[in-house]
Amino acid sequence: MTVQNTILVDNRPPRSVQSSMTKLSGWAIVIAILAWSWEGADMRPMALITDAGNMATLAGDFFPPNFADWRLYLEEIVVTFHLAVWGTFLAVICAVPFGILSSENIAPWWIYQPVRRVMDACRAINEVVFAMLFVVSVGLGPFAGVLALWVHTTGVLAKLFSEAVEAIDPQPVEGIRSTGATVIEEVIFGVIPQVLPLWISYSLYRFESNVRSATVLGIVGAGGIGVVLWEMIRGFYFAQTCAIMILIIISVTAIDLVSQRLRKLFV
Amino acid sequence: MIQIKQLTKTFKNTKGLDNINATVESGEMVALIGSSGSGKSTLMRHICGLMCCDTDSGGQIEVLSRIMQRDGQLSKNARKVRTEVGVIFQQFNLVDRLSVMTNVLMGALGRVPTWRSVSNLFPPAERRLGMESLARVGMADKAWQRASTLSGGQQQRVAIARALTQRARVLLADEPIASLDPESSRIVMDILAQIHREDKITVVVSLHQVEYAIRYCPRTIALRQGRVVYDGPSTALTPSFLKEIYGSETEELFSPAVDNAMRHQSKNTQNQPAPAPAAA
Repeated sequence: MTVQNTILVDNRPPRSVQSSMTKLSGWAIVIAILAWSWEGADMRPMALITDAGNMATLAGDFFPPNFADWRLYLEEIVVTFHLAVWGTFLAVICAVPFGILSSENIAPWWIYQPVRRVMDACRAINEVVFAMLFVVSVGLGPFAGVLALWVHTTGVLAKLFSEAVEAIDPQPVEGIRSTGATVIEEVIFGVIPQVLPLWISYSLYRFESNVRSATVLGIVGAGGIGVVLWEMIRGFYFAQTCAIMILIIISVTAIDLVSQRLRKLFV
Repeated sequence: MIQIKQLTKTFKNTKGLDNINATVESGEMVALIGSSGSGKSTLMRHICGLMCCDTDSGGQIEVLSRIMQRDGQLSKNARKVRTEVGVIFQQFNLVDRLSVMTNVLMGALGRVPTWRSVSNLFPPAERRLGMESLARVGMADKAWQRASTLSGGQQQRVAIARALTQRARVLLADEPIASLDPESSRIVMDILAQIHREDKITVVVSLHQVEYAIRYCPRTIALRQGRVVYDGPSTALTPSFLKEIYGSETEELFSPAVDNAMRHQSKNTQNQPAPAPAAA
């Protein structure tokens, strides 16, 4: 036994000096970045201790939660859900053509490059920023939220969709092409059947995260439970705030669970 | 039927195809043989317009008297020409997640307007033709199964049904049996020979086993390193002659498994009209 062990140890390939140097310098870079960001992020760990009393008082104000207006909260949560449904639905519809047009293996570069840049822009700007802009243009209310989710989610899904398209097996597409099919037919019969399960899964995932995002959109006036939440926080009604947060946690978790189940069916 | 002139294809300084000239007449069944890397698949992919030859090389391919590609450029009519050229691939190239029937109906895409096909409204006549094609390859009972549930041999038969539904006048089979076991290979080759005989379809089939070429195809074109090294009756392909043109690569062109399948086949199909041997 011992002999065998020694042999095993001796047989291990010697670690190259170069690879351990790369590893070390990698860690050095990570630590340098953390140190550099300390000041900018205003890191004051001591405040957690010195202000502990403050936080305890605030936490105390949260309990017990006040569910007196639960009907209103529930109504607004349902509105939030509706908003996420439409925002995601419109985004999925738009992400299909944009996703295909930004795929290297389908579109020529002079199409996929500009389409990708537009999608990058949609993705780069947060939903809340879009929501503020749409509140200005279409007025306060859930519709502004729908538009904000639509634009941002289109950018996200188009990228995910095109990544799926770029990973397809080209052989079935050639099979379709060899019958004299048009490009549209190649995409519909050769590409989409291959990517559909992934696309559905991505869409459901984005729906989950849109429900979460939609709870925030209300803060800038774009409808849903966020409006009520913001009113309560601003008015220092912490017991009500707590009730709303609990309801949000429950409903978002429920939607996540259902959607996860659904996604498993498709992949 | 198929006219290939001065076809040259260069891959990063190596010649994939080197000045190929060949003509296939209407109603022929021609084998294309060669070891792996000899350019069989490359040539096939050029004929069906999935690949283009070197630009300004003067290369040209005509299929059914219409230009498929010239000087490295696909003809504007290439899509129209493709509708009459059925292609069978080594990996079958069916769409796994679609039903067998939908895969077969893909053969009708060239005739059916796009709005009908994308809304899955194939005309009843096309559906009937699809079903008949499946029946001819013995796969009618699998019509509503997903293509991915079939074995390799069955998938290849569905691919042939797709070409039949296409009403192809030329059938290009690129290594149709290279991924199949001997029994499935025999079935697939028999079906190809049968539709060649019954429908007068011109068939070009690339193979890397000479036995199948001799058994099924009167004429063989042999490729080596991108060049045509032999073009003539398959009966002339004796082991000694093959050794002369292929040297040490000859071994790859014969396989013991095939010999067994051949014996098995001749036992089973004695009273069936066998495809005409080359000498006849």
